Amino acid sequence: MTTVFDFGLLAYDPPGWGRVLLVGFWRSIELAAGGYCLGIVIGIFGAAGKLYGGKVVRDLLEIYTMVIRAVPELVLILLFYYVGTDLLSRASVALGFSRVDIDGLSAGIMVIGLVQGAYATEVFRGAIRAVPTGQIEAAHAFGMRGSLVMRRVTLPAMLPHALPGMANLWMIATKDTALLAVVGFSELTLAARQAAGATRAYLLFFLSAGALYLALTLISNVILRRVERRARRGLVSARQQ
Amino acid sequence: MQHQSATRVVTQPQNDAAKSATAESAVEIHDLHKSFGGVDVLKGISLTARQGDVVAIIGGSGSGKSTLLRCVNLLETPTSGQIAIQGEPYRMRAGKNGALVPADRRQIQRIRAHLGMVFQSFNLWPHRTVLENVMEVPVHVLKTPREEARARASTLLDRVGLGDKLDAYPSFLSGGQQQRAAIARVLAVDPLAMLFDEPTSALDPELVGEVLSVIRDLAAEHRTMLLVTHEMAFARDVATHVVFLRDGIIEEQGSPTQIFESPRSEHLKQFIKSVA
Repeated sequence: MTTVFDFGLLAYDPPGWGRVLLVGFWRSIELAAGGYCLGIVIGIFGAAGKLYGGKVVRDLLEIYTMVIRAVPELVLILLFYYVGTDLLSRASVALGFSRVDIDGLSAGIMVIGLVQGAYATEVFRGAIRAVPTGQIEAAHAFGMRGSLVMRRVTLPAMLPHALPGMANLWMIATKDTALLAVVGFSELTLAARQAAGATRAYLLFFLSAGALYLALTLISNVILRRVERRARRGLVSARQQ
Repeated sequence: MQHQSATRVVTQPQNDAAKSATAESAVEIHDLHKSFGGVDVLKGISLTARQGDVVAIIGGSGSGKSTLLRCVNLLETPTSGQIAIQGEPYRMRAGKNGALVPADRRQIQRIRAHLGMVFQSFNLWPHRTVLENVMEVPVHVLKTPREEARARASTLLDRVGLGDKLDAYPSFLSGGQQQRAAIARVLAVDPLAMLFDEPTSALDPELVGEVLSVIRDLAAEHRTMLLVTHEMAFARDVATHVVFLRDGIIEEQGSPTQIFESPRSEHLKQFIKSVA
């Protein structure tokens, strides 16, 4: 009786598929990291806009977060990936530039970033509201201008409140990358599917992909825990008391 | 304790208040009104604190004393009236509903950077150490070189008795220690005037003394202070002038001796009796 798994198929060089999987894994990480960072930027401005912006800004942001959070991500990905890139191309032509071709990675990062941004906006908004107003007021009372207050006081002070939510969003980002498989972007899930289809070793490759996602999550957990400990350095936690 | 006459804190005649600002006046308030949603909290306050004055603002809760103090650095925007810091009036303009709005944000930021405020709830920045809290404004607002700011901050912290707590985070300190750090944070900006908003009200009774003794030392150096407080014995001791606020107006003002030993208004008599 042969073994269930032919681990030779995971070898780095052909005929093994290890290289394909790892390239796919790396592209998944790029997608997740890029989308997550874009999401953080959108989230910070989104939260600031929702809390301190004028009525028009607040309404627009409300529509953005509501629509994004209401529509299934798969639909958003299909929508942004095809319609969004097409619109960008047309806009570029209309403005007299040459037709731009947006590569899959950039498009994917934009899509994930837009989705993450909507959730991050809400996470940051809640976290900023959890900062005692007196700390922000003190910053204003000492003559700090708005952007300096944000950078030196509001953002670092809200970080401990935002991190649990932001850690969740990172986990979601890593797994959302798999949705890009439907548009033919060869990240880890698509790479695993190709390898499995070619070799008929479905279980082996999907389990391998799963193991890689798990490894990413475990490593992320270690890093996030460190970040959280650093962010909470000035706070008395229940355990320390 | 000898005090100058009460005329050093004077209600200005309405017409020439702006002109009467001398280089000597640290904080000058003229006909200040403030209402919150139709409720008048301040109903025409005029008050001048000259350099070196320690003005204690007393009054019952809801008398408007905290609002008055918060108007001085525009944490509250007055509905009408004028405020000048060292002779420089805040530039304001009329907003949509007739109430004032700041006309020059940069001017306000520049003035605020030299008006330190000590809050009832300390409001230190929890993600920075005590030393970093005191260095923050000099380094990032006043652009003092970091090393100079650090040396200065640790000297000031030493002075308020926190020389051994430089690297501690505020949440790990007692309330009294936090408030002393907050006072050092104000001293670090070389304040034109120090604003104290009930600095000991959030403290456990046994910690009040250590904070008051720091403030007392500062008063002895003739630093200009506006002090909202419930500590009557303290106000009587350190203030050069006492202002009794009731219902948004200055009901009585004068030297501590006058206010506490021969109050004229019935309300002030009752108030002093109730807090004694």
